Amino acid sequence: MTTPLLEINNLHVNVEGNDILKGVNLTVNLGEVHSIMGPNGSGKSTLACVLAGHDAYEVTEGEIYFMGQDLLELDADQRACAGIFLAFQYPVEIPGVSTKFFLKAAVNAMRKYRGEEELDAMDFLDLVEEKAASVKLNTDLLDRGVNEGFSGGEKKRAEIFQMAMLNPKLCILDETDSGLDIDALRIVADGVNKLRGKDRGFVVITHYQRLLDHIVPDFVHVLIDGQIVKSGGKELALVLEEKGYVAFEDCGTGCGCG
Amino acid sequence: MQDEKNMPSDTKKRTQEVELLADMPEAGTLLSSSNTATQDTQLLKETFNEKYKWGFVTDIEADSAPPGLDESTIAFISAKKEEPQWLLDWRLKAYKHWLTMEEPDWAHLKYNKPNYDEIIFYSAPKSMENAPKSLDEVDPKLLETYKKLGIPLAEHAALAGVAVDAVFDSVSVGTTYQDKLAEIGIIFCPISEAVREHPELVKKYLGTIVPYSDNYYATLNSAVFTDGSFVYIPKGVKCPMDLSTYFRINAKSSGQFERTLIIAEEGASVSYLEGCTAPMRDENQLHAAVVELVALDNASIKYSTVQNWYPGDENGVGGIYNFVTKRGKCQGKSSRITWTQVETGSAVTWKYPSCILLGDNSVGEFYSVALTNNYQQADTGTKMIHIGKNTRSTIVSKGISAGHGQNIYRGLVRIQKGAENARNYTQCDSMLMGDECGAHTFPYIEVKNKTAKAEHEASTSKIGEDQLFYCNQRGISTEDAINMIVNGFCKEVFRELPMEFAVEARRLLEVSLEASVG
Repeated sequence: MTTPLLEINNLHVNVEGNDILKGVNLTVNLGEVHSIMGPNGSGKSTLACVLAGHDAYEVTEGEIYFMGQDLLELDADQRACAGIFLAFQYPVEIPGVSTKFFLKAAVNAMRKYRGEEELDAMDFLDLVEEKAASVKLNTDLLDRGVNEGFSGGEKKRAEIFQMAMLNPKLCILDETDSGLDIDALRIVADGVNKLRGKDRGFVVITHYQRLLDHIVPDFVHVLIDGQIVKSGGKELALVLEEKGYVAFEDCGTGCGCG
Repeated sequence: MQDEKNMPSDTKKRTQEVELLADMPEAGTLLSSSNTATQDTQLLKETFNEKYKWGFVTDIEADSAPPGLDESTIAFISAKKEEPQWLLDWRLKAYKHWLTMEEPDWAHLKYNKPNYDEIIFYSAPKSMENAPKSLDEVDPKLLETYKKLGIPLAEHAALAGVAVDAVFDSVSVGTTYQDKLAEIGIIFCPISEAVREHPELVKKYLGTIVPYSDNYYATLNSAVFTDGSFVYIPKGVKCPMDLSTYFRINAKSSGQFERTLIIAEEGASVSYLEGCTAPMRDENQLHAAVVELVALDNASIKYSTVQNWYPGDENGVGGIYNFVTKRGKCQGKSSRITWTQVETGSAVTWKYPSCILLGDNSVGEFYSVALTNNYQQADTGTKMIHIGKNTRSTIVSKGISAGHGQNIYRGLVRIQKGAENARNYTQCDSMLMGDECGAHTFPYIEVKNKTAKAEHEASTSKIGEDQLFYCNQRGISTEDAINMIVNGFCKEVFRELPMEFAVEARRLLEVSLEASVG
């Protein structure tokens, strides 16, 4: 049996004294797209941040392995270099630092980590043009400060553009559909679909089913109150759409329903 | 590049982009440390607290005046410099006035006032006694010092295109490119030499922009100034290279009181750079300089400073008191004076490079980055005095506070009655790292003409955890992320610096920030 790309066992996470994740189990193999769906406050974004290594989130129990390596041993920047990419729900602005410069630093930090030679400016700019075209991103934007003055849609496209540039093993999309109109959604989804392949895995976090019309997942998991209460194929998303999350919420009697 | 005109436009653009990217610092290697907030804080601290690299002492015998100040000290300095009587008289006039003055305490600064009885007001390396006739005769130890500082003093190194006047404690040790500049009528020499060789120019302008009675430190400087640079650009001449001075305080307990005078005649232009360092010592040393600039019709002077005096240690012990008066007068119509400063050193900075906009259509600019870390304090800003019609001024100030640093912007924009259509734009941004530092802004705006406009924008931000996490998530270490964010913050100022200085300024900022946020 091959080593899974990502293996989460009994993950418990505490944020500022509150237990947010209460025993999450999830395995993602290369080539698979997993969607995590759940209502607000269920712990979806927490899961994304914990995987990426945000230090405000404390893992109190459980383990995470990434390609067989203990992920909890690594800092956020090392995890990124190891191949984990998080497309943020709310990408921050970094005024005065152009996206090109920022990405060049990122690309080269990762190459250094892998013991590869740094990319020179010419090759880097070629790569920029190729990848920007794949998400229909105007390259003029990339001379501006990182996300500075970008529209909501531009920010999300820029995230997918960065993902394409950095060529990660595991892509985590945190509510990438939020704030997007249908055209922008389609462009973003196209960008993601181009990156799908047997060398990569995806965890797509979303509140709504509509993103999954465009990025069709192999597996859907329902996260409620810090636990995955139901897993299934892509049809599960449709059930959710129809019946709502209420149908999966625990009845509170401990009967194991939901 | 000579074929640039024939290049297809996208190739041209590409070349520019490549140059742009090449100019930026590279992200460093990844550091392995575990993943907790305190560790990050520690890293931030380390990032911002690299040791002061310029803290070496050169072991050279010095020829010094005894500590303390009285008329005989001034006579001693004047005699050492072989000055004419009028200058000695001027010095003594200043000294007498100084005795009647009180050290100012209106600045937002806390420090122990210098003990003027303990300061050595004149210190020259002994080997200067028989002053060198050319660079070859300069003490090799001195040259070695400048080499450590990275100054291209030797002529061959001047390929860098910078003419350098290096001031070591109280004397100038060699001015490069002097002959070449002289061919087109430019005078670039130590001010003591100018006093001897060009007395009529010095006499005409010295003390006309910053009078001997101006303020406590300027008056002290007028009495005891030792060396500094003199620049004269004749009518219509554009100085073909950047002129540069490096100041270094070496001798123990010595103060440095340099005086710089730059005159740009009608239609002339010059870009002047100044850099400063000092050894590490656990006492406070005083640096009280005066800089005067005069720009006549259509002349322009660009004055850039990278100030890296020893800032004291992480507990606030030692460091330079940097009490400096810098002022430029746009005397002629359509003249322009630009001050750009990157202030990363000194324990205490008290400095307001200013412009008097007398000529119609003249322009004054002030671009500043001031960084205070550990227990550093900086009360700095500018004064823009609009007198002529259609005068314009721009102020961009970026203050960065880390550790227990206190950063104060203090600026005056005064638009006088006759300054029809005067314009000022002020932008004043502060960045805080950690929660023990401070940023304060004291803008003064006086407008006495109805047609004038003054704009003031201010912001304060904190380096965000979110920004750092975002950078980390893209593989960029916290250390590199901080440098990147700070550099982005200072961009508007750095782009005003000459290329070489911009690179140095970025590097200095990195070094000065090593070990910050708490």
